[in-house]
Amino acid sequence: MSRIQERFAALARDGRKALVPYITAGDPHPGQTVALMHDLVGAGADIIELGVPFSDPMADGPVIQAACERALVHNTSLQDVLGMVSEFRQRDQQTPVVLMGYQNPIEVMGTSQFALQARQSQVDGVLTVDLPFEQAGEALDIYQRHSLDTIFLIAPTTSPARIKKICEKSSGLIYYVSLRGVTGAGHLDVSEVKSRVNEIKQHSVLPVGVGFGVKDAESARDIASVADAVIVGSALIRQIAAHVTHHETLRKNIMALLAGMRKAMDNGPRKPEVPDMRA
Amino acid sequence: MARNAPDIPLQKIYTQLPDGNGMFGEFGGRYVAETLIEPLDQLEEAYRQFKNDPEFLAEFEADLKHYVGRPSPLYYAQRLSRKHAGAQIYLKREDLNHTGAHKINNTVGQALLAKRMGKTRIIAETGAGQHGVASATVAARLGLECVVYMGEEDMRRQAPNVYRMRLLGAEVVPVRSGSRTLKDALNEALRDWVTHVDSTFYIIGTVAGPHPYPTLVRDFQTVIGREAKNQLHELAGCLPDALVACVGGGSNAIGLFHPFLDDAHVRMYGIEAGGLGVETHKHSAPLNTGKPGVLHGNRTYLMEDENGQITETHSISAGLDYPGVGPEHAWLKDVGRVCYESVTDEQALTAFHEVTRVEGIIPALESSHAIAYALQLTAKMSPEQTIIVNLSGRGDKDIDTVAEIEGIEL
Repeated sequence: MSRIQERFAALARDGRKALVPYITAGDPHPGQTVALMHDLVGAGADIIELGVPFSDPMADGPVIQAACERALVHNTSLQDVLGMVSEFRQRDQQTPVVLMGYQNPIEVMGTSQFALQARQSQVDGVLTVDLPFEQAGEALDIYQRHSLDTIFLIAPTTSPARIKKICEKSSGLIYYVSLRGVTGAGHLDVSEVKSRVNEIKQHSVLPVGVGFGVKDAESARDIASVADAVIVGSALIRQIAAHVTHHETLRKNIMALLAGMRKAMDNGPRKPEVPDMRA
Repeated sequence: MARNAPDIPLQKIYTQLPDGNGMFGEFGGRYVAETLIEPLDQLEEAYRQFKNDPEFLAEFEADLKHYVGRPSPLYYAQRLSRKHAGAQIYLKREDLNHTGAHKINNTVGQALLAKRMGKTRIIAETGAGQHGVASATVAARLGLECVVYMGEEDMRRQAPNVYRMRLLGAEVVPVRSGSRTLKDALNEALRDWVTHVDSTFYIIGTVAGPHPYPTLVRDFQTVIGREAKNQLHELAGCLPDALVACVGGGSNAIGLFHPFLDDAHVRMYGIEAGGLGVETHKHSAPLNTGKPGVLHGNRTYLMEDENGQITETHSISAGLDYPGVGPEHAWLKDVGRVCYESVTDEQALTAFHEVTRVEGIIPALESSHAIAYALQLTAKMSPEQTIIVNLSGRGDKDIDTVAEIEGIEL
């Protein structure tokens, strides 16, 4: 059982939903990323999505683009990011880590080399934003051979036939993009998200995470009522951007924001009924 | 080289691609976020339907004739040819098109597609501003809303084109991320498209981006090469010995080259921007110095660092200042059909002045790169041979840049 599967199984036993924060590795400084990852776990993160900085993150909004630019000032490379995960694992063997990024840095390292090193660093899953499954053929085989979960996006524009195919290629979890747009944009329509999540679940037993547009405790709670995982990125990155030079304020604010989401998700009025597994 | 007979190629060797997945060999494809797959499928389907629709094609041809002003002349540059005492040099005068460059061929075609697909809003990215102007122009003509993304640095370099777009009713959005040039404008345009996929048609200006754009843009631009082939046959009764065109993204080059690709004796030269010299890293010549990678939705040659980050480019001409190149060019390089060379800012400037003084034509700085190489090439050729150079745009937009370099205040 993969670390991601184990984590979702444990959450299901407790009747809780996963909280999945995203930060860009190397932002605001490579030396702070591992400590921030531990902070995220301390504030209630179940899985960490660690962004690999890229110079041209075309599917991300201005907030994450700026995070990439701050990380790239320090030349944070894919190799560095793998090193950060290794370091994180020295103190945390339980929390799954998913690398999220773009294809070009992986190509330059070589997909096989990347997969090998990712496995050695105990990365759990890979989400390559600009690699739809049609282009992923060989990479998919390589990731599977190295026991890396392959996570794909499903968008509001994805056709039903494609949803089925994406579900077949996915492992670990499925990432539903809750709105038309880039990361950090717009306004959530929870009932639309709910019907799309249900549609995805007809084709897959995998947990479905929802991201793009989760900005506060309330929206986290709303998404938790219809999905298995709540993915939050830009809202956290905004705190980093606002406190680049004040590390302690940055940590405090990020942990407060995340803890608020955790609490709202766990105590939310729309918490679904979960059968008691011990009975 | 012997004089070539103007015959029809017997075998299609180089004109069969892309394959069903939009691949030119290992290049091209569709490397985009999931949200864009469906709109790209819709675009591909619409294009498949209309490219063989006689009504669509007739409308496209009529627009090219009556609105763009085609055919553009194939001009025999007699003084330039004699001065260099090599081959006979012909200039394909895309600078005489409406809006002053080849870009309008493509925007007219894509606008017709947008109209048929029921889109109400046009977006575009632009570097030198020529594609932005060409997009704003067709949007104005069809009464469509138009938003053009342009790097802040390029807006400074090409202020008259910014004003031109605004006169045409377009909103020009300054892009302040990254290097503030064409690649960043492309990122922003893709983000806009992801956000407004239902209402919006994205007119990509070059033969890059995700499938089907490299094919679509190529097909709308091949009118350049088809005309040139017929015109040279009429004027000189032969096929050209060599074709020369500048390559940024590569739309004017593929437009000229493609109809000749299966004519085995026609040599082709794509000229990248060598900037301060390809050894300096201050250039825009991915085919000369780069490696294959993935950017802006396709696999192609890129300028990148050892970690796969896209590096900043430099060229005197904003239209060539791009770290990638169309995937079909990447393939044509690897199979050896087209030779990709570079010329420096300085060589392009020299050619700019020479054509202006000798032929009374002010060429765009982009096209000046092609001319500069053609003048090197002609020295190795004989008077019975011919070269066609694509004069892809006029240089009026560049006079501020040239004056600034020469310390002249206008």
